[in-house]
Amino acid sequence: MTPPRGRFKIFLGYAAGVGKTYQMLEEGQELRRKGVDVVIGYFEPHGRKDTIARTEGLEAVPRLKLEYRGAMFEEMDTEAVLRRKPQVCLVDELAHTNVPGSPRLKRWQDVHVLLDAGITVLSSLNIQHLESLNDQIWQMTGVRVRETIPDWVVDQADELVVVDVTPRALRHRLERGVIYSRDKADKALENFFTEQNLSALREIAMRHAAHEIEEKLSAEEQVIAEAGAQSSASAVSSRRKECILICIDERPSSAVLIRRGKRVADYLRADCLAVYVSPDSALSSLSQEAREAVERHLGFARNLRIQTAVVEGEDVASSLVKFARAQNATQIFMGRSLAKSWGTRLRGSTLNRVVRLARDMEITIVAERRR
Amino acid sequence: VPNTRPSPEELLRRIEAEERQAVRGRLKIFLGYASRVGKSHRMLDEGRRRKQRGQDVVIGAIQSRLGPDVEPLTGTLEVIPCLKVRMDGKEEEVLDVVAILRRHPQVCLVDELAHDNPPGSRNPKRWQDIKELLDNGITVVTAVNLQYIAEQQDAIEKITGKRAKQTAPEAFIRSADEIVIVDVPPEDVQQGEPANPADTRRFSELRELALLLAAEVVDEQLHQSLKLQGVEMFLGSQERLLVCITPRSNARRMLESGRRIADRFHCGFLAVYVRQPGLSEADQKLVESHLALARELCAQLHVLDAKDSIAAILELARAESITQMFVGHSLISRWRELLFGNPLDRVIQAAESMDVRIFPHPAP
Repeated sequence: MTPPRGRFKIFLGYAAGVGKTYQMLEEGQELRRKGVDVVIGYFEPHGRKDTIARTEGLEAVPRLKLEYRGAMFEEMDTEAVLRRKPQVCLVDELAHTNVPGSPRLKRWQDVHVLLDAGITVLSSLNIQHLESLNDQIWQMTGVRVRETIPDWVVDQADELVVVDVTPRALRHRLERGVIYSRDKADKALENFFTEQNLSALREIAMRHAAHEIEEKLSAEEQVIAEAGAQSSASAVSSRRKECILICIDERPSSAVLIRRGKRVADYLRADCLAVYVSPDSALSSLSQEAREAVERHLGFARNLRIQTAVVEGEDVASSLVKFARAQNATQIFMGRSLAKSWGTRLRGSTLNRVVRLARDMEITIVAERRR
Repeated sequence: VPNTRPSPEELLRRIEAEERQAVRGRLKIFLGYASRVGKSHRMLDEGRRRKQRGQDVVIGAIQSRLGPDVEPLTGTLEVIPCLKVRMDGKEEEVLDVVAILRRHPQVCLVDELAHDNPPGSRNPKRWQDIKELLDNGITVVTAVNLQYIAEQQDAIEKITGKRAKQTAPEAFIRSADEIVIVDVPPEDVQQGEPANPADTRRFSELRELALLLAAEVVDEQLHQSLKLQGVEMFLGSQERLLVCITPRSNARRMLESGRRIADRFHCGFLAVYVRQPGLSEADQKLVESHLALARELCAQLHVLDAKDSIAAILELARAESITQMFVGHSLISRWRELLFGNPLDRVIQAAESMDVRIFPHPAP
């Protein structure tokens, strides 16, 4: 018999040093005082004295030591935590990527294993690691965040709690050397930790947390509505559900398109579909490079829980529109590069033709993210 | 990041702001969505930390019902006791502004921002007491419950069925130099009570409201600080949506869809119409009804006069940091006639930092 899934709580911050880990440990301590069996699965001390002091008295499950390219790395020992079987496990830095050779690729996958085993997990996360915000954050801050976490993992959390301090207070902490060592702090203050960057990230974190609450409330409402009278003409269900079709190509900008389309779909509670149009469904007419790129994009979309399809057709515009119609799509998302480069003076650009052919649909040309 | 040269007026504004900043105390507010989320605790903790760092901190007002767990926080801090005034057999506490001004600390902690003083007090409201301290160069750290903000009362009543008697104006809260959201899950607020799903829902709704208000304040401050520095920078930390209205566009669909998205994203919602000379009476009527609908749906409406309508719309979109622009087919086909080159390409290329969404014609 499988145990009921553990509860999943995330402490969400907008930058390193806001106090996510501290608050997670604080809650761990409080639970321990109440007699709950709490262990630390993974904790990143970063040399912060105040935070380290909060671990006192909490049992830490020894980490897994792994060798990679001649260096030693430490990861959470998920299997050891399972054997120890605590009620609650604290796992720092949810977006972390495990070193190659670890049982699982990402820490959030380790967390899922614990949750499935009925263990409650408290974890920490910074907003910039959210996949759907990757382009926006790059545009704002100039930093391309490499470690990302799919939005649906965060959506599944039972609780998302904002850990807030003002950027001014955070910069003071940096200046005092609480967060990083002196030289690293100076660099951080000049680059990522500018007051403006921090404010923008903070605003996004607040908005995201508000959005998650709203989603949960609306999901509950739906359950209540469905459990109630089976009124077929309910106002909610009578509106045709929106469906967004994302039209990708082999260019790197397709990733931007996928993230943006998914983000809008999530907000509209719409279905989402990614499609590539090719003369042959096996993609064999493409160069190896292009084929790999397309496959990478399709894989990326599936990772974000977007359905994907390869549509066969010589003429991109007409095949796309035909497919969109068959799928009852209400909106087509296209990239700017696609709109521009496929254009020919005689036939009109693909975009122009899609617009003309899909007169009953909405077509969104997605912003170019650049700095 | 393009640096634009500030105009003389802007420079003056900047200098004035700096001067104000130099004499005025700073206002820092801890905002929570209910009582017992831990606002006062955070406020006291901040006081303790500041004291540790050598600042001169006093407590001006503190709730008496906080319980013994704040003892270690308050223990080391000097208290300037509130004045006690008897009103209708009840004892009311009033911030002792005179005593605080005389003592003149660097930082004063004042709990319960939204508090009415009894008649005959120096100021009718506690936030006015705080303003006096700020004007005299004392930094104030305070705490407020969302449910006691005047402008939020309609929204609060929808959720809780109740309105607060004692409130503070939202403008004062928005004027804070720093605002901090104190966020905890509803279960933590309900501790000790049997969890009632309806209560949990209400708390969640209040919590969302508080987060959105804090986000708005942060957004305002961000744009102000960029403006003061003369930096024009597109941040896109908040979605902003612009609907372009023309006589023949499917304005109803665009505006309704825009409103719905704006509600979901909790974002700015704008509409623009560029006046066209020589419209037929029928078209003029259509325009009027579109504009009426835009107003009805609470779009921030811009009616412009311009020769080159595309350029005018794009300029507005950039100035307003628009992230999503809605245009109709009809707009495009009209532009086509204007020999500006391929009009669709022109819009797409010029509006490259925005999503452009093209809407179908209205059904004939």
